[in-house]
Amino acid sequence: MNGEANLFVQQARNRRRSVVLVAAFLALFAWVGFGGDAAFYLGTTGPEEPGAYRHRIPIMGIAAVLLGAALAWRAYRTGARRVLWATGAREIVQASSLEERQLLNVVEEMAIASGLSRPRIWVVPDSDPNAFATGTNPAEAHIAVTEGLLSRLNRDELQAVVAHEMAHIRNLDVRLMTLLAALVGAIALISEGAHRLLRGGFRGGRSGGRGKGAGAAAVIALVVWLLTLLIAPLVSRLLALGVSRKREFLADATSAQFTRNPAALASALTRIHEAVEPTKSMREGTAHLCIADPLGRRVTNRQGLVADLLATHPPMPVRIARLKSMAYQRERARAAPAS
Amino acid sequence: MTAVIVLLVLGVVVVWVIVTYNSLIALKNSVFNAFKQIDVQLKRRHDLIPNLVNAVKGAMEFERETLEAVIQARNQAVQVQKETTPGSLGKLAQAEGVLTAALGRLMMVVERYPDLKATGNIAQLQEELTSTENKVAFARQLYNDEATRYNTKQLQFPTNLVAGLAKATPAELWEITEAAEREVPQVDLSSKPKA
Repeated sequence: MNGEANLFVQQARNRRRSVVLVAAFLALFAWVGFGGDAAFYLGTTGPEEPGAYRHRIPIMGIAAVLLGAALAWRAYRTGARRVLWATGAREIVQASSLEERQLLNVVEEMAIASGLSRPRIWVVPDSDPNAFATGTNPAEAHIAVTEGLLSRLNRDELQAVVAHEMAHIRNLDVRLMTLLAALVGAIALISEGAHRLLRGGFRGGRSGGRGKGAGAAAVIALVVWLLTLLIAPLVSRLLALGVSRKREFLADATSAQFTRNPAALASALTRIHEAVEPTKSMREGTAHLCIADPLGRRVTNRQGLVADLLATHPPMPVRIARLKSMAYQRERARAAPAS
Repeated sequence: MTAVIVLLVLGVVVVWVIVTYNSLIALKNSVFNAFKQIDVQLKRRHDLIPNLVNAVKGAMEFERETLEAVIQARNQAVQVQKETTPGSLGKLAQAEGVLTAALGRLMMVVERYPDLKATGNIAQLQEELTSTENKVAFARQLYNDEATRYNTKQLQFPTNLVAGLAKATPAELWEITEAAEREVPQVDLSSKPKA
């Protein structure tokens, strides 16, 4: 499979890459939390007189972890309800038109294909075509599509989009992105707090008390930690965006696995891409849950370093190209099963 | 010292056997569950067909043969499904293949009756039929994927050493046996409904 990869190879590749990014993210969080403790530990363990303060318990790190856990727990509990409420979605329980019947059927089909239980189905009154999944637990998930999506896509395309959302549910992306968003928030709070402490003359009072054995290591660790605190909010956000893009590619490939029809998702994405107006009912906070960037930001459509770093979704042309490559692989496999 | 090492190695082996055994059992159950899902979807399909035939019967007096072929294939499939166990997939797959082909012909014929197509009832039935066919196909796809995963896992080294313990035997894949089903006529049911 040189260059062009079939859907299972693409799934494995994107899963691997997002694992690396999540590991980097967690390492950054750990350093933000425990780096300061390490510096103070080094600074207070010289051969000093007994009774001097020794920083043995990593109080700051524990506080950071507790803060992150609290934010994540809050997002877990109320996330799905808040998102659906914010978009003004209405739940479809009983189909009242052929279009809604089709939506219900397609979701049921994709639930069967993915082997999950059927999520609850919502329609967002918005003319821009978009869709999102939410709910941190696959057994109690929600899928919402806009009215614009229903009216613009044919059955196969709608199926591919719903499959993409089922893929987010099965790959536990909602859970992952909720957790990352909470940790980004925690890092921002910690950084902000550290700034204020530094400005408040915290430095002067402390340095005198340090013994001679503090050594260069402690100073270097402290300086590096403070520098990290400065850039951590930005870096953590960029890492989370990187994870989000990898999970989008993964969901595209998983959608192809469910429908065995990557060409349908490619044409659905083309249509969504052509509708340039932003999805007004979805705000920045929910962007990473949608099938296409709801803000219609120009970075999403460009390739290049800045676009690659700042977008929640990979560039549309790249996604479409990869799906077409999957479709091509399938055609080739069908044409020549022996080789 | 040697005793400690031997005990450690033994402990690791025991843990590995337990984990592998459990993963095989989990896979076996998910294959069984996927099989049941096909069963459920086939039943739905069988229940839908009498409705479909009734809805088009009046307008399609000339197409007696097509209708009867569908009814017969359906009754045959219902009969076979009752007798099917996970071991004897082949026969059911064949009966369902005949039914799929007969339905395909019927839907193609319906296309030729614009009056029939114009009534909303038929559009709805068509949607239901498309969905039912898709559900059967996706249930089958899931079953085949799960069965392949199970079969691969139990044959791979070193898992195959535990396979006997877990009573794992390769699951039969659901294959398309009927040549007729391979060449199902492409009926365009995928177009958007006109509201």
